Amino acid sequence: MAERGFSVSKLPAFRPVALGVFLALYLPIFTLVVYSFNAGNSIAVWDGFSLKWYLSAWENDAVKTATLRSLYIATFASLIATTAATMAALGTTRRKAFKGQTFIYVMINQPLMVPEIVTAVALLIFFAQIKVFTGYQGLGYLILAHAAFCIPFAYLPIRARLEGMDLSLETAAADLYASPWQTFRYVTLPILAPGIAAGAMLAFVISLDDVVITEFVKSGGQDTLPTYMLGQMRRAITPEVNAISTALLVLTVVLLTCFFLLTRKRNQ
Amino acid sequence: MSRAEDAMTRTATRNGWLLSTPALILLTLAAAGPLLIVLVYSFLEKGQYGNVEWAFSWDGWVGILFTRDIFDGTLGLADAHLTIFWRSVKLSLMTTAITFALGFPTAWFIATRPAAERGMWLFLITIPFWTNLLIRTFAINEVLRSEGLLNTVLISLGLIDAPLQIMYTDRAVLIGMAYVYLPLMVLPLYAAIERFDMRLLEAAYDLYASRMQVLRHVILPIVKPGIVAGSILVFVPSLGAYVTPRVLGGGKNMMIGNFIELQFGQGRNWPLGAALSMTLLVVVMVALLFYVRAANRGSNTNG
Repeated sequence: MAERGFSVSKLPAFRPVALGVFLALYLPIFTLVVYSFNAGNSIAVWDGFSLKWYLSAWENDAVKTATLRSLYIATFASLIATTAATMAALGTTRRKAFKGQTFIYVMINQPLMVPEIVTAVALLIFFAQIKVFTGYQGLGYLILAHAAFCIPFAYLPIRARLEGMDLSLETAAADLYASPWQTFRYVTLPILAPGIAAGAMLAFVISLDDVVITEFVKSGGQDTLPTYMLGQMRRAITPEVNAISTALLVLTVVLLTCFFLLTRKRNQ
Repeated sequence: MSRAEDAMTRTATRNGWLLSTPALILLTLAAAGPLLIVLVYSFLEKGQYGNVEWAFSWDGWVGILFTRDIFDGTLGLADAHLTIFWRSVKLSLMTTAITFALGFPTAWFIATRPAAERGMWLFLITIPFWTNLLIRTFAINEVLRSEGLLNTVLISLGLIDAPLQIMYTDRAVLIGMAYVYLPLMVLPLYAAIERFDMRLLEAAYDLYASRMQVLRHVILPIVKPGIVAGSILVFVPSLGAYVTPRVLGGGKNMMIGNFIELQFGQGRNWPLGAALSMTLLVVVMVALLFYVRAANRGSNTNG
């Protein structure tokens, strides 16, 4: 819509409120990042620039193992979730509505609807029973839980990509005697790839960020980075937590930027 | 329907289900299925050291509102529980109101930017939305604490002498929740406003409507589905909030989420925790039904 001389869409005071909101949204995060470079022990008094808290976090074994565990869980959970979500998206998109489709939608979106604390409690009870029966205490429970709640996040961008896809390409491939598998492998999959990558990235970020479900499902000594940080917040906080947060923040923003670039291509 | 079409439908159904099976198995095992176990646990007797005894009992459900006197066994209203429910509902409603008051102008501002700029402003709203909730809560913590940013600024401006004690109060939880859930309000509002036909405003102004009248009688009724959607998207996670009240509210200012956790920890009352979880789930589901209705109405009238 072209800008007019007298803007009818202007409402008084909306602009300053909006700009204030953006400021309020970023100021706390900005402060958090700035103080991660503080030379002093405080998260409120500035003592000059230093990277010592990054170094201290890097040398902290608890942080290191928690980080590796987080990345390990996020990698496997997002791989599993993306595979399952890709298959489900192929099964539920671009075909005539079939019996039970609504049920499948509801199931896939279920983790978005149920409060995290309720799922966390449910998994605590369920896995406690399984732990007694099988004796297995490993990271499998966390990976399984993460994979499940990552599915809707992986599913949505993949499905969006599939819905925007030109069906005639696949028909053309079939006309040229490609087998269904060849059509999928050499036509559908390459076109779908950005959607799958975007879904995998979202799933990875979501798994990396999870606090509540992890806090309830983890066995002793299975802290991930977020649950480790949650534990630290009960004590006196040093800028080390800021340094860890900043590192995690940067990783998230990088992944999200990739996600936006991947999903944007579709619209061009 | 011809036989060929019939066969095709059957193949489509079969393939749809087959391809969805891995996702359905994962979700049944680690998301939906365990909810049924919680339902079962809410009807069992509590074990002495946590967990449950496998005997039927209403105690979990009764315990939501009532408490049994230790001495004479009579039932009385559990005031402490009611306080927690009331705080949860009150804080969630206030969070919704605050995010609306701030989110509506913000969404309007974004939607009235030139088309080329809008993506950038939306991206600015989305980044905090996808950023770790814990990090954002922690950032608010740094702003609010007594030696934090807010108090430092206010003291250096000479507005206050002693630091304000905001941390570990309901107000801190409220500020924190409004901060972390604001994007959930802005995004659906933006979607509704963006489809809004600005020519309607011209018509209204041509007919000598004042700005207040335009806002009340033209804008708000049309973007109402967006308002309902945003409000529910904020209310639902606020009601089930766990991290924000835990970090900003301290141990005393519990919300339902923390109260549920307590039953599985020190409270050692798993059936009560299970019954509370089910109650929260039902309340949230009802709210989401309204959301779906509002969302559908929105796409029908404007789409």
